[in-house]
Amino acid sequence: MSDFVTFTLYGLSDGAILALAALGFVLIFKATGVINFAQGELLLIGAFTVYTFFVIFQMPFVVATLLGVVVAVALGVVVERLVLRPLVGENPISVIMVTIGLASVLKGAVTLFFGVQPQRQPKILPSGSLEFAGARLPLDRVSAIVIAAVVLLAFTVFFRYSRHGIAMRAVADDQQASLTVGISVRRAFALAWALAAVSALIGGVLLGDIEAVSPSLTAFGLLVFPVVILGGLDSVPGTIVGGLIVGLTKNYINGFWDGSYAEVGPYVLLLLILLVRPYGLFGQTRIERV
Amino acid sequence: MAASSTGTYFTSYRAESALRRTKAEWARLALIAGFLLALPSLATGPLHQVLELHVINMVLIVVIGAVGLNILIGYTGQISLGHGGFLCVGAFTAGVFYQRFDLPAPVGIFAAVVFTAALGAFFGLPALRLKGLYLAIATLASQTVIIFVASQWSWLHDQGETMNLSRLRIGGFEIAARGAGHWQWYWILLVFAVLSVYAGRNLVRSSVGRSFMAVRDQDIAAAAIGVNVTRAKVTSFAVSSGFAGLAGALWAHYRGNATPETFVLETSILFVAMVIVGGLGSIAGAVYGAAFMWMVPELITKALLNVGGSEWTSRVPHLEMIFFGLLIMLFLIFEPRGLDRIWQRTKDYFRFWPFRY
Repeated sequence: MSDFVTFTLYGLSDGAILALAALGFVLIFKATGVINFAQGELLLIGAFTVYTFFVIFQMPFVVATLLGVVVAVALGVVVERLVLRPLVGENPISVIMVTIGLASVLKGAVTLFFGVQPQRQPKILPSGSLEFAGARLPLDRVSAIVIAAVVLLAFTVFFRYSRHGIAMRAVADDQQASLTVGISVRRAFALAWALAAVSALIGGVLLGDIEAVSPSLTAFGLLVFPVVILGGLDSVPGTIVGGLIVGLTKNYINGFWDGSYAEVGPYVLLLLILLVRPYGLFGQTRIERV
Repeated sequence: MAASSTGTYFTSYRAESALRRTKAEWARLALIAGFLLALPSLATGPLHQVLELHVINMVLIVVIGAVGLNILIGYTGQISLGHGGFLCVGAFTAGVFYQRFDLPAPVGIFAAVVFTAALGAFFGLPALRLKGLYLAIATLASQTVIIFVASQWSWLHDQGETMNLSRLRIGGFEIAARGAGHWQWYWILLVFAVLSVYAGRNLVRSSVGRSFMAVRDQDIAAAAIGVNVTRAKVTSFAVSSGFAGLAGALWAHYRGNATPETFVLETSILFVAMVIVGGLGSIAGAVYGAAFMWMVPELITKALLNVGGSEWTSRVPHLEMIFFGLLIMLFLIFEPRGLDRIWQRTKDYFRFWPFRY
């Protein structure tokens, strides 16, 4: 029983961070139709910019995070402008490949400056643990769940009520129509990338604090695919449910069975979903069928 | 030039569908043949600073895989991020037949091609229902599953996750070690690579190849004019994986081992990069792309090492990654049709000189 509670907590915290990473992915896909293979690298860049400001430049954590957000926004906008904009209208393989190229450059840049070893970073989240139902629950994971939930809620509110959020949903729905009512599609595209980079930054910092600030954070990025396919590529609530399911599945397999199966488990799940319900649990059923 | 400035004209369908249509093309073929015959001497002689025979041999192997992937991506329009997995299957199949069953190497290589093709057709089945990015993610999943099986199945492994293959022996003939062996391998691999390119060129001008292209351009229209879309897709996956199986088998024999680590997702991505940089929908492009993507990052880092000295050594893998990503991005942004298009443009430039067009 206590094992079960522990694995559930690990699964939920992994899932919450996955949901943050997947949120960025879905934002980009919804607004611009781009499948972003560099999502894991955005996580990595986020974690390492905060690390740079926080540890290397010795700034207070809040300042470091704010500067990290500024860098993330700038990176998102620059990537959208320089890399993705020239490829509007190209076939999907080209767009996928350009994000893969981007991923390679970002990861190469990080490992060039910081090496492949994990970096030491002082603990940010509380480090104690909590007794619950006979299980010891590390407090950092509990707080990661809370933070992720708050951020996801903030994004949801942003999309539902703010001017820019509504504009972005309009662009995602129909670009032509939103152009005719005077919404800037370009700004929506840039905003999507900027917000994706910011949500990845938050996920990266949380993950870096729980595990370690290391280049292997990108492995987490590939897990985004099972999440978004499960939740539906264009569904924001889907990322939360998908993230939690994938996080739990991974940790249950890891805990009760074998670590190596935990790596392949989410992908088997993914193949099954694609065969049965390719548009995901919450996605729109307008997927192109052959 | 044999082609007139207004185009190339034919008086019969036979002439139009021929592989080599003009005198200039024959002349270029002769030049290429001469170059390929002289290459091993150049690589061990005057050019050994830049080219190594070992690297060239690897290029010949990856050319086979790239041709296969271009048939799938460039001609049939199906995205696959699982090509590395199929190379892995080919490598281990050849290894099992050669090492575990003690059968002659050609039997193992043949079996690798057949088995990988069958498996490719199976993993291509999602393509019947999925398109574009969904298919990309599905093939990504199958790549993960294949590598997982190959790394867990301990019967395959001799030490760690590696299967060792003893030096290639066909009948009474055994490949020599190292230096002389590279020469012998060059001729063997050259034969396989040339045959693969020839097979690829022939396939895409046949009715099968035309059905692939019809599916790529507009699958509903293709179905309407009587192309069996299902069969075209599955065939394309099978053919492409067959090439991958051959490449994987040769890879295992040439390197003397097979291990899943060589064929991870990065390898699949490398192959897609070759196809895109070379030029989608062009067999020649696959060859250019394979040679380019295999050698250029290596050459750039080699140059950097010469300039920067040995303290750069630890940075080489990271720099290679950055160059790799930059090459892909620059090509996609500035020349999405790849090296093949650049070559066509260069030819046109000289043909129309001194006019612009």
